[in-house]
Amino acid sequence: MEKLMNNGGSNGAKRWLLLGLVLVAVVSAFSGMINRYYLGVLVEAGVNVTLAVSLNLINGYTGQFSLGHGGFMAVGAYLAAKLTLLFGPALPPALQPVLFAGALLCGGMGAALAGLLVGVPSLRLRGDYLAVVTLAFGEIIRVVFQNSPAFGAATGLSGIAPWTNFFWSWSVALVTVYVVLALVHSTYGRGFLAVNDDEIAASAMGINPVRYKVTAFVVGAFFAGVAGGLFAHLKRAINPEGFNFMRSIDVVVMVILGGMGNTAGVVVAAVLLTLLPELLRGFSEYRMIVYSLLIITLMLLRPQGLFGRSSKGGRL
Amino acid sequence: MLSFDPFELNHPVQQFINGLALGSIYALIALGYTMVYGVLRFINFAHADVLMLGAYAAAFVAPVLAGFLGGPSLLLLFATVLVAAVVCAGIGMLIEALAYRPLRARPKLTVLITAIGVSLFIEFTAQHPAVFGAKTRPFPQLLPAGNLEFAGATLSRVDLLIPVVTVLLLAGLWVLVQRTRMGMAMRAVSFNQNAASLMGVNNNRIISFTFGLGSALAAVAGVLYSVRSSGIDPLMGIRPGLIAFSAAVVGGIGDLGGAVLGGLLLGMLETYAGGVEGLSNYRDAISFGMLVVILLFRPAGLLGRAQVEKV
Repeated sequence: MEKLMNNGGSNGAKRWLLLGLVLVAVVSAFSGMINRYYLGVLVEAGVNVTLAVSLNLINGYTGQFSLGHGGFMAVGAYLAAKLTLLFGPALPPALQPVLFAGALLCGGMGAALAGLLVGVPSLRLRGDYLAVVTLAFGEIIRVVFQNSPAFGAATGLSGIAPWTNFFWSWSVALVTVYVVLALVHSTYGRGFLAVNDDEIAASAMGINPVRYKVTAFVVGAFFAGVAGGLFAHLKRAINPEGFNFMRSIDVVVMVILGGMGNTAGVVVAAVLLTLLPELLRGFSEYRMIVYSLLIITLMLLRPQGLFGRSSKGGRL
Repeated sequence: MLSFDPFELNHPVQQFINGLALGSIYALIALGYTMVYGVLRFINFAHADVLMLGAYAAAFVAPVLAGFLGGPSLLLLFATVLVAAVVCAGIGMLIEALAYRPLRARPKLTVLITAIGVSLFIEFTAQHPAVFGAKTRPFPQLLPAGNLEFAGATLSRVDLLIPVVTVLLLAGLWVLVQRTRMGMAMRAVSFNQNAASLMGVNNNRIISFTFGLGSALAAVAGVLYSVRSSGIDPLMGIRPGLIAFSAAVVGGIGDLGGAVLGGLLLGMLETYAGGVEGLSNYRDAISFGMLVVILLFRPAGLLGRAQVEKV
C-alpha cells in the first residue's frame, strides 16, 4: 500500500492495481475453501474500504467535512437493489454479472447526482455549516426512501440476490483506491490539497475551489453509491434505518482513525474497524462502549489518526 | 418519534400552542448548542445525550420527590426540573473537563470527533442492561391529568406551561449574559479568548460555567420533552438534538436570539406540517430542507453575520 501511494498516478500504480486485481481473482477462486463466516467479514471489509476511501477524498484530501456519506450509500443501495429485483429474475444466469455491474454503476451515478446536489451548497458554506448541510441532506434522503412505497417504505427492500462476493467487493475497493490516488496525484488533483490547505491562497493561484469541492463530492458520492449497491447485495435486505446518521459517523471514524488524507492508513483503518466488532462479539454488551472509548482515546492521544503524519492531512 | 399528539384535531389555537411548545423545547436545546459554540467554536454532539440523562435523572428522582410533595403538581414539576438541571450541569462540566479541555489547543475537527465519541459513549453506556437498558420506559406523571378547554380547543397543561417556562428562562439568561460580570466574561471569552485572559478572565472557569448552563437548559428541555412524550429511552435525545442543532444553525450559530428564533421556526413548521395530510411523514425532511434553503441564501444563518476572512 505504501508503495502504491508513492507511485500513485504513474504507471507503477497501474501495475499495482493490476497485481491487486489478479490477487483478488486468485483469492476469490479459492474462496470456497475459506470459512464462510470469515469470508463474509472480509467481503464487508472491502465494502467499508470503498466507503472510507471515497469519503477520504471529500473529508481528508479536500478538507470538506461531510456527514452525509450514509445518504449517498442509501441512494446507491436502493437503486441497485431495485434494478436487480426488477430485472434479475427474468435474466439467464450468464447475464447476471452484467446486470449486477450495470446496477452498481446506476447506483453510483444516482449517488453522484445526489453528491452534485450536496456539493452545490458548498459553493457558499464552510466548516460546520457545510457539515450540517451534508447531515441534513443525508437525513432527507433517508426520509424520502422511508416514504416511498416503490422502495418498500419503512420496511425497505428484501430478497435481494446475494451477488456481492469477495471478487466484487475487493475489485471495487481496489478501483476506488486507484481512482482516488490517481486523481489526487495528478496535476489537476493537486488542487484538492490546495483547497484543503488554504482556500484563499489557492484561489489567488488561479485554482477554482468551487469546482474542486463539487468534483470531490461527486466522485466521493459515486463510489459511496457503488459501495451501497454492494452492501445491499451482501446483506440481501436493506431498510432506511440502516443508512442513518450513525452509518455516516462510522465511515467518518474510519477516515479519522486512518488519518485524514492518508489513503493507505484509511484502508487499514476500514479493515480494522470491520474486524473489531467481530472480535468483540463475545462481549457484545460492551463492544460499542469500547468503540466509543477508542474514538475518545484516539483523539486525546493521537488526533492525526493511527497512520496520519500531520493533523492537517493531505501531505503526500 | 416518541412524541405523540393526543389531539389529532387541527384546531388553529391548539396547533399554535403545540407548535409554540415544541418550538420552545427546541429553542432551549438550541441555546446549549449555540452557547458552547460561542465560547469554543465547535458543535457539542454530546448535548443531545445530556438531555437524555436529564430525562432519566427526572424519572428516577420524581417518585422520591412525589413522596414528599404528594401527587403530581406544578411544584413537583419544578422540583424535578431543578434536580435534573443540577445533575446535568454537573455532567456537562465533567464532560468538558475530561474530554474537551485537554484538546483546547487542537484543531476544531479533533474536538468535534471527540464530541461524537462522547455522545456514542453516553448512548451505548446508557443502553447497557446494567445501566438504563435499551427498552423504552414510562415517564412518571408530573402534572395533574386532564386538559384545559379554551374556545373549543383542547389544550394540555404542559403545552401551555412550556412557552411560559421558556420565556422566563430566556429573560434570566438575557440578564445573566448582558447584565452580570459572569455574562460579560462569557461575552469576552466568546469574542477573543486570548484578550479575555489578558484582561484577567479565567477562561477555564467561564467555559466550564457555559457548559454547565447549557447542560442545565438541556435538562429542562429533556424533562419537558419527556412529559409530552409517551416514554423515555437512551436514544431519545438524538432526534430533538438534531433538529435543535439545525435550529441553532438556521438562526445563526453562536447567536442566542438566533437559537430561539430557529427553534420556534422549526417547531412551528414541524407541527403545521404534521397536521397536513400526506406531509406528516415528511416533517423531518421539511425541517432539514428548510435548513438547507436558509443556509443557501444566508450562509451564516438568519441572525448570524457573515465573517469576511482577512488575509
